[in-house]
Amino acid sequence: MTHNLRADTIAITGNDGDEIEAYLAVPTDVERCGSIVVIHHMPGYDEATKEITRKFAAHGYAALMPNLYHREAPGAAPDDAAAVARANGGVPDDRLVGDVAGAVAHLKSLPSSNGKVASIGYCSGGRQSLLVGCRLPLDAVIDCYGAFAVVDSPAESPVRARAVVGEVGNLRGPVLGLFGAEDQYPSPEQTRVLADALSAAGKEFTFRTFEGAGHAFFNVDRPSYRPESATEGWREVFAFLDRTVA
Amino acid sequence: MCTYQTETLDLRASGKTPEGWTSMRTATVYFDHPVHFAAGHALMVDVRNPEAGAAARVALEMDAASARDLAQAILRVLSQVPEDLLSEAS
Repeated sequence: MTHNLRADTIAITGNDGDEIEAYLAVPTDVERCGSIVVIHHMPGYDEATKEITRKFAAHGYAALMPNLYHREAPGAAPDDAAAVARANGGVPDDRLVGDVAGAVAHLKSLPSSNGKVASIGYCSGGRQSLLVGCRLPLDAVIDCYGAFAVVDSPAESPVRARAVVGEVGNLRGPVLGLFGAEDQYPSPEQTRVLADALSAAGKEFTFRTFEGAGHAFFNVDRPSYRPESATEGWREVFAFLDRTVA
Repeated sequence: MCTYQTETLDLRASGKTPEGWTSMRTATVYFDHPVHFAAGHALMVDVRNPEAGAAARVALEMDAASARDLAQAILRVLSQVPEDLLSEAS
């Protein structure tokens, strides 16, 4: 079934006590529910990721997407804000963790919260979802084709992302990873390295690598969209949330 | 993938934005996910004036072949212009 929902742009307290913009979608016909923080991709706090946020509410979860580029360009169009963030070197990891911690606190303060919170991120957000799972007390983590989880991004680029694999021993909840077999960042070999690290750390995880799919196969408005992989991926996501935070 | 592959540079230019013509100060060149161009990845150029706000931006997204053609056309045109004209606006 799908739920009735309400979606609003709100302000939350992020890293260092900063007030940042966020998009909140909540089911309105449930008394208690689990929650999820949605981490947007590098192109930003955009319409497509807001639609994803609402989809979680329609499936019975309170979902909150912080605008990770709010400080760079408050009130700007998402693509303009993303351009500023990139030119400034991207989102620092510590600031990201602080912003997601603020989102988690906000979700837990909702009257409908059952106290459990997951994270999900796409593309650059996939790595960031894994990172926050290592540094915050999250009950579950979903990584959708996050690059640079096991290797650092190119050293010569001013936009940096450092590998997260060394921190996976700190994960407190299970991990769901969804990847494309034709993706090179992360490549199937890199996801195997991540899986080996999770196994070595004794962490519970489920990885699915979809044949015929590359990067960003969930993006319905982009040529990378692969309907069969995305449909099956969404089924995996909701089955995972049902057993971890519902 | 998000390539993160990015270069930034300062420049002297003017660009036409939704608010009209304005001075431009920086450019960011990268190969990553486009917002509008129908491909998984594209060569992107953001020409910006950071002091004038996020919307003071002229953006281009194109495939690699177009980017190379454009870059070569710029260099070809510049190579054909008399030297004294090249320094005129500096």
